[in-house]
Amino acid sequence: MTVDAKTQMRRQAISISLALVPFGIVFGVASAEADLTLWEAIGFSSLVFTGGTQFAAVETLGDGGAVAAAVSAGLLLSLRSLAYGVIMAPALAGPLWRRVLDSQLMIDESIAVATTQKDHGLRRFGYLWGGGSVFVGWNLMTIIGFLVFSSAGDLVRDLGLDAAIPAAFLALLWPRLAEPVPRACAAAGALIAAVLLPLTPPGIPILAAGFGVLVARWFDGGDSAAVDGPTHGPNDGDPDAPDRTQGAEQTAPPEQTARSERPGRPERMEHNDE
Amino acid sequence: MSDATLTLLIVAAGTYLFKAAGPLVLGGRTLPPGLNRLIELLPGALIAALVVVSSIGDGQGITLDARLVGVAVAAIALWKKLPFVVVVVLACIATALVRALG
Repeated sequence: MTVDAKTQMRRQAISISLALVPFGIVFGVASAEADLTLWEAIGFSSLVFTGGTQFAAVETLGDGGAVAAAVSAGLLLSLRSLAYGVIMAPALAGPLWRRVLDSQLMIDESIAVATTQKDHGLRRFGYLWGGGSVFVGWNLMTIIGFLVFSSAGDLVRDLGLDAAIPAAFLALLWPRLAEPVPRACAAAGALIAAVLLPLTPPGIPILAAGFGVLVARWFDGGDSAAVDGPTHGPNDGDPDAPDRTQGAEQTAPPEQTARSERPGRPERMEHNDE
Repeated sequence: MSDATLTLLIVAAGTYLFKAAGPLVLGGRTLPPGLNRLIELLPGALIAALVVVSSIGDGQGITLDARLVGVAVAAIALWKKLPFVVVVVLACIATALVRALG
């Protein structure tokens, strides 16, 4: 079992690192176009080592933006590493020097591979493999993109390589969709991200999606109530309070949908009290 | 020092602080069970958001294009329990085909 899990994680880690190859090249090209030196490009890919952040900072510089603009655009995209750190902290417990080194590998991909498992040891294993293999590939491709390619954007589009990232993350997400509560949290996170995408600066939608986990509370509150009201249909909860139902529908459609799927939901209990 | 080097150093320092804050401050400390449960659910919500942003995101905005077909094919491949690599490759092929034909 453990061997299987490790083999699986190693395979995922290497695959996702390969899926990122074209984007490493694109970053190298973008760095050259923004008049960075090769060492600065490598510095970004090794010291910053957070894809979205690197692109945001370098593209801002390339467009003639000031240092402050490039820094804030970049850091906005690394904010979500805070959440990743909280997720990974238990699995990365150990001597200080090891936590200091391990932390550099805190990226989307390492978290996604690590959290396919629950065991702390396996999580750290997947984290190191995911982060490590992406680190090597990403830096190599940055160099190749900087030195060899003059343009890689068209190639990425023509070969459909930009679909590799969402497909890889979907594959890592997939096992979580089997259980109702994680599925609801994932759906809420996806919805938050989609709604915020056109409204907020890059980086915020993914960070804010973390609040999607709060839908888990409805499941906590609903379980006991569901026992006494299993015969009620999804929509017969508040016949006497149409105003409140309507109001909830208008201001918060996702919440209303999530609640409507629960026969014994909090409103039902409030209604009984009245 | 060039603007790029200065940006690099500040962004690297800031990003590292964000990355390391959890492991360095929390370490192996045990959190209250209720909070732990939400933290356990957090990756799913964040990874789902990554799927959305990388499928339809375009800077600060939404672009619906051939990537969506690739993601749909990936979902079918996952449903058919195909291996990770196959899922990713099929998504790229589908996306490339749609672009070549469209």
